[in-house]
Amino acid sequence: MNKIAGVLLAAAGAVALGGIALHRHEPINALWIVTAAVCIYALGYRFYAAWVAARVLAVDPTRATPAERHDNGRDFVPTHRWIAFGHHFAAIAGPGPLVGPTLAAQFGYLPGTLWILVGAVLGGCVQDMTILLLSTRRDGRSLGQMARDELGPLGGFAALIGTLLIMILLIAVLGLVVVNAMKHSPWSTATIFATIPVAILVGLHLRRLRPGRILEASLIGVALMLLAVLGGGWVDGHALLRGLFDWSSLPLAGFVIGYGWIAAILPVWLLLAPRDYLSTFLKLGTVALLAVAIVLLHPQIRMPALTSFVDGHGPIFGGKIFPFVFITIACGAVSGFHALVASGTTPKLIASEADVRLIGYGSMMLESFVAIMAMIAATLLDPGVFFAINTGAGIVGAAPAAAVHTISGWGFPVTVEQMQTLAHEMGESTLFARTGGAPSLAVGMASIFGNTFGRGLLSVWYHFAIMFEAVFILSTLDAGTRVGRFMLQDLLGHVYAPLGRTSWYPSVLFSSTLIVAGWGYFLYVGVIDPNGGVNILWPLFGIANQMLAAIALSVATGILVKSGKARYAAVTLVPLGWLAIVTTVAAWQKIVSTDPRIGLLAAAHELSAHLAAGTLPAQAAATAPQLIFNQRLDAWLTGLFTAVLWLVILDMGRVCLRKLRGLPVAATSEAPYQAARLQPFALPARLPQEGST
Amino acid sequence: MLSRPILRALAKAVAAVIAWLRAVSGDDAYERYLTHQARAHEGPPLDRRTFYEEREQRKWSGVSRCC
Repeated sequence: MNKIAGVLLAAAGAVALGGIALHRHEPINALWIVTAAVCIYALGYRFYAAWVAARVLAVDPTRATPAERHDNGRDFVPTHRWIAFGHHFAAIAGPGPLVGPTLAAQFGYLPGTLWILVGAVLGGCVQDMTILLLSTRRDGRSLGQMARDELGPLGGFAALIGTLLIMILLIAVLGLVVVNAMKHSPWSTATIFATIPVAILVGLHLRRLRPGRILEASLIGVALMLLAVLGGGWVDGHALLRGLFDWSSLPLAGFVIGYGWIAAILPVWLLLAPRDYLSTFLKLGTVALLAVAIVLLHPQIRMPALTSFVDGHGPIFGGKIFPFVFITIACGAVSGFHALVASGTTPKLIASEADVRLIGYGSMMLESFVAIMAMIAATLLDPGVFFAINTGAGIVGAAPAAAVHTISGWGFPVTVEQMQTLAHEMGESTLFARTGGAPSLAVGMASIFGNTFGRGLLSVWYHFAIMFEAVFILSTLDAGTRVGRFMLQDLLGHVYAPLGRTSWYPSVLFSSTLIVAGWGYFLYVGVIDPNGGVNILWPLFGIANQMLAAIALSVATGILVKSGKARYAAVTLVPLGWLAIVTTVAAWQKIVSTDPRIGLLAAAHELSAHLAAGTLPAQAAATAPQLIFNQRLDAWLTGLFTAVLWLVILDMGRVCLRKLRGLPVAATSEAPYQAARLQPFALPARLPQEGST
Repeated sequence: MLSRPILRALAKAVAAVIAWLRAVSGDDAYERYLTHQARAHEGPPLDRRTFYEEREQRKWSGVSRCC
């Protein structure tokens, strides 16, 4: 029975991929992509994941998990696998897989789609499942602790520094995405502002009125958020209020920085926790709705399979398809960040080791599918419209007529009238140069939802999509700042002990301010950059995230070799090798390329030459020194990431070589075997059938 | 018109989805904790408010959200 299903799946996948291959020079339907994706995931899950779990990881359902051994009814709680799946998916899914594919669509729909599928099935899903199992075997220890225990202090320190830096870059780039979505859009700004008091109301409800009634409070909150979307439309139509919410990007950046700082120092129950409940419900609901709508609508993909920008002259970000498509799409294919979640909260919920395939591999498959949907939403737009929205004014000029002329010249015809009609339909004054990915994703989502559920509501759907992305992003911003603060306090505690006390208020203020200043700086420079800033920050974030994935895969490879499984090491070594190559080549090009669109130092050099020659307009000359400093700083950071990456890889290699030569290595930190006594899981209530996320 | 068995199946499905959402959001965490306390006999259980306050502090002290 299983074999027949496998053969049918393989056949369906082959037909779908064949369909994509044969339609290379005509528009294809999104259903081909969805079918190919679902088949590849199903095959990966059924065969590869099962093999890795059984042979490589030697998953043992008779072994008691930490949730069973330390069951305390609080954080260690044996949990049914579908519920743990929901927890884990909600934790790993963020705005990353929505933004990356949108930016990478400049190469055409094919490269990004293939990388999302292959990268997830062979890399990202394997990483998540492996780290989840390794941490489950070690009482839920964190990635940093595992690196320190299994490789040595160097690996542990590298993991800590890597995580702190990636957190800062992630928050900066996401803040920039939100700022660009709110810029001169009174509707979006009013709606996003309104989500803050809504979250506080939900927090007060949960704290004061009815503690712990999360479902009811969240439903009220989500209803209020939907009202905020409609209310934003009302503000937009009101002559006086409209002006009050029409902000330019610099004050908006100030608002995001101030918000991040306040959210970090307020008690979690007031803003952070309730916002996260709301974002979780919106996330699960919107992902399900989008999947249904894409299947019902099955839109045509209008972007070509490959564009001429694979040669490195892309307007959204510079750089050739190799290595930059693999850097731009991190979340959705391989995301190092997931290793932090897979080695934190989730292992304490695992009831049986047999569940790690569903929870680790399966959740990442679903996240990868979210990335596929983002790719579809970006590529169903007219390519001309897509580039007009996503290209900064620094590339195509600030005047609409100049922009459409340049973009049409690339072979993607678009007119000013077309853009005006679209902006009017979406309830915006303009959609030109709305970089960062969020507005174009929102236009794509609005056309999917609008054409499926009623076209009259396009502007409401657009702002619903913007609100959805912003809520996502702001909750990552809150949570990330807080995690960054804890890490910094941990580091500072070694310098001056009281600073390490996480509840000592002066230390909270001091370390939160440092973290916010860190990402606030990058956000500020991104805002004053005439090319939109995302073109510099996103690749940097991608390099950092892939570096973290490489650290996680190094830890996994080291542990596999140490536990006598060297013959299976390729399972983690191949994705590690690929990420190491991609990250190193990308970092090399970002540092030494003489093309100022790619090389950071070349860009700094060019700008300082212009500045010295006095050929810059007054406004650009005023910000140029900051941009030059930032480009040099980014080049140093890129170099630092690469150095950290290779330090960890070499440290892993050293440990593996010692083991293979029979020399002593650090003892395994695996908890000793204890037989599981938990009965096959009894549920508190009936559970949904498969696939009902 | 929907027949009785179909309606019953639908009601079951809706109840299952609600149960799943309650579990994933943590809405039923206190009930689960009480069940655990009753089984483990570890002294008097925390009250609802204190339990949720502790739970939120714990949840937001580590990496529980991602990009």
